[in-house]
Amino acid sequence: MTRMNRRGFLASSAGLVIGMTLPIAARAQSGAALAFQGDGTEGAFAPNSFVRVAPDDTVTVMIKHIEFGQGPYTGLSTLVAEEMDADWSQMRAEAAPADPVYKNLAFGMQGTGGSTAMANSYMQMRKAGAAARAMLVAAAAEEWGVPASEISVSKGVISHRDKSSGFGALAEKAAQQTPPEDPAVKSADQFVLIGQDLPKLDTEAKSNGTAIFSMDVYRDGMLTVVVAHPPKFGATVASFDATAALEVPGVEAVHQVSQGVAVYASSTYAAVKGRHALKVEWDESGAETRSSEAIYQAFSEAAAEGGQDAEVIGEGTAGIDGAAQVIEAEFRFPYLAHAPMEPLDGVLEYAEDRAEVWMGSQFPALDLPAVATTLGFDPANVRVNVMLAGGSFGRRAQDTAHFANELAEVAKAAGPGTYKLVWTREDDLHGGYYRPLTVHRMRAGLAGDGTLTGWEDVVANQSIMSGGPMAQMMQDGMDPTSYEGSTKMPYDIAHARTGWAQMESPVPVLWWRSVGHTHTGYATEVFLDMVLEAQGKDPVQGRLDLLKSDKSRDRGVLRKVAEMAGWDGTKVKGEKAYGVALHESFETYVAQIAEVSEVDGMPKVHRVWCAVDCGVAVNPNVIRAQMEGGIGFGLGTVLFDEITLGEGGAVQQSNFDTYRMLRINEMPEVMVEIIPSDADPTGVGEPGVPPIGPAVANAWRALTGEPVTTLPFAKKYGA
Amino acid sequence: MATFELNGKEVTVNVPDDTPLLWVLRDELRMTGTKFGCGVAQCGACTVMLNGMTRRSCVTPVSMVDGSFVTTIESIDGPEAEAVQAAWEKLDVPQCGWCQSGQVMSATALLREIPKPTDEDIDNAMAGNICRCATYVRIRKAIHDAADTLEG
Repeated sequence: MTRMNRRGFLASSAGLVIGMTLPIAARAQSGAALAFQGDGTEGAFAPNSFVRVAPDDTVTVMIKHIEFGQGPYTGLSTLVAEEMDADWSQMRAEAAPADPVYKNLAFGMQGTGGSTAMANSYMQMRKAGAAARAMLVAAAAEEWGVPASEISVSKGVISHRDKSSGFGALAEKAAQQTPPEDPAVKSADQFVLIGQDLPKLDTEAKSNGTAIFSMDVYRDGMLTVVVAHPPKFGATVASFDATAALEVPGVEAVHQVSQGVAVYASSTYAAVKGRHALKVEWDESGAETRSSEAIYQAFSEAAAEGGQDAEVIGEGTAGIDGAAQVIEAEFRFPYLAHAPMEPLDGVLEYAEDRAEVWMGSQFPALDLPAVATTLGFDPANVRVNVMLAGGSFGRRAQDTAHFANELAEVAKAAGPGTYKLVWTREDDLHGGYYRPLTVHRMRAGLAGDGTLTGWEDVVANQSIMSGGPMAQMMQDGMDPTSYEGSTKMPYDIAHARTGWAQMESPVPVLWWRSVGHTHTGYATEVFLDMVLEAQGKDPVQGRLDLLKSDKSRDRGVLRKVAEMAGWDGTKVKGEKAYGVALHESFETYVAQIAEVSEVDGMPKVHRVWCAVDCGVAVNPNVIRAQMEGGIGFGLGTVLFDEITLGEGGAVQQSNFDTYRMLRINEMPEVMVEIIPSDADPTGVGEPGVPPIGPAVANAWRALTGEPVTTLPFAKKYGA
Repeated sequence: MATFELNGKEVTVNVPDDTPLLWVLRDELRMTGTKFGCGVAQCGACTVMLNGMTRRSCVTPVSMVDGSFVTTIESIDGPEAEAVQAAWEKLDVPQCGWCQSGQVMSATALLREIPKPTDEDIDNAMAGNICRCATYVRIRKAIHDAADTLEG
């Protein structure tokens, strides 16, 4: 991977570098942007550097979003290539380092999350490509002495009558042109690459072992470090004895850090063995000592008390209070680990006056200052190289920058040198930052004629944002990521209420692929299915009838998926049952139907039909991949996964033998259709996840008569 | 200390006998294509070929490979490996990519054993390789595609 600093791009004379500006208004696409002002670039026209054209005709796009499988290398490059009229074969992608010019326009800081990569980059990257094209054309006009208006560009070739050139030969001259202030972009009918199944730019390196992730970074003299973390959340080091650890061949040092006790060694294996030999006494006076069952009980009691109002529609619970029939259910969702295949790791090169970091940094804007603060450096003297990451699912999006802090503390404790900090799988599963354990108390009221008159959903869980830098995004003490998806339902219910009871625990929690929707999608769509059954309504037609009149995109995916699956209202056919779910998240609309039978007491999912509306389908190949993967990810979770605290508060799962991942023999066949749309594109990394759980649960209830309100399925039905 | 043939070249490493082959490959020999995922032979990310058979390198002490032939993703070749890697690219199998070296090794071994595998054969051969991104739909298709290519 080529490393250049930002100044290097701008000063480069070896090719064309596009610096471009964006008006301030374009940055603040959501209220989230307001939280992160103050990096010194707000209010100014920020010069950005996204495109490099080399003499060999290759076009490299600096990708401001971390690539961990969701496809920004390919997607963002497509936008640039489209407007440049480049040929796909000449496109390359490279990770942008930590730098404010690479901020996420939806966040106001550099970071990836909330399925925003495509949505916030769509116009920015197209304009970067259009500016590059305009400057190349201006250079050709000057070179050939012809009007720019007579020059055409197609598939990477610039031409005028008998003259033609590739991009590379004109790059140097193009770099001398004045960048257009607001270059025009194509209309949708002019798209050549957007909407095509272009092959992904990172596939080859990921198929032959040459892709470099942060764990693959080796530096001369580097020590590998593992940290003995507390066995219970909130415990701290009381004392430790490193004698035996230091006798392990290869172990070079042991130091206490605020996260635990760090073991430094010449190899990973020596570090792990050294940690095993380490003796640590822990102070558990501030630790979480409740079991998951005790936590559930406390959360359940809080939910029963109703919580604070998160949303009140009409007269709130009035539609339940006077109802002829009240349907109730309590849903329980466990803590979940993200368990990316590459656990957390990073390398830090620590010199007297500067530091350089290699890590799968999902929030570079927070990780870089965390390292700088811990080491006492000016942020200008810290460089963060954003590496490919072996999955994240939210795990690397650390508002507290806890891993970057630990990495910097490990370095600081040992002094200048180079350190690779590795979390083993056990560290990963024991380490917290879980999807919050959550209880939903659901109630619905039906009138004598079966009309749905009222709906209440009370959510009890810990806040993800509270206590961290994101807390400033909370309004009136409310954290919408705790209950998003329970509020703003697409259904037309005259009186409804969403309540939220904020719970406390030392167990750290974090966003997990689709965040609040991981549980709200399940609770609302399973409970609605129960209500529709009580009303004697068809699951598909009942939902269509209940959708608000302006919910055409929800209606569109639901109708499409019913058509794909050949839905005829028959929920059980022989040994197989069919369940449907509809859920919008991150402004992408997804409906799924699951075909389920019973095998050895557990659900076996044979086929899943999925309809998705994400606006303009920039790369249908990537969209289908994210739906397929989201379905498998969500399915494994609802079937098998929970992180539990046992009596005393210690985590009971340690590795993939006790925290089960879906395997290939459990993966259903998946059929995906994308709704044609000219709406601005929205994300696909997360929205495929929420509907699969409720679709399977609804099929299972049709098959067995049993609603599944406590996840995972294996808790009740597993061997 | 152990001596073995790695990707056609003899190597000698001076490490404790119980050091897993995975960490020898990565930390000592800087062959980073073979990945760490669990350390307990549950995920398959560390799969290599040992004397032509797939082996989880994370639980294989280096003393066990003394005198053996080890092949990693960096040099796996032959018609099956080429067909597998071509199919992986054609179908854009990888997402995050971390598990894919192991998937390619296991798929190659399967096709060497069973040139025209059924879905059940694929399940049996590949169930030891976890993909957290759940690229399984495409892994299955790619193995069938590679088998078709080999059939000619």
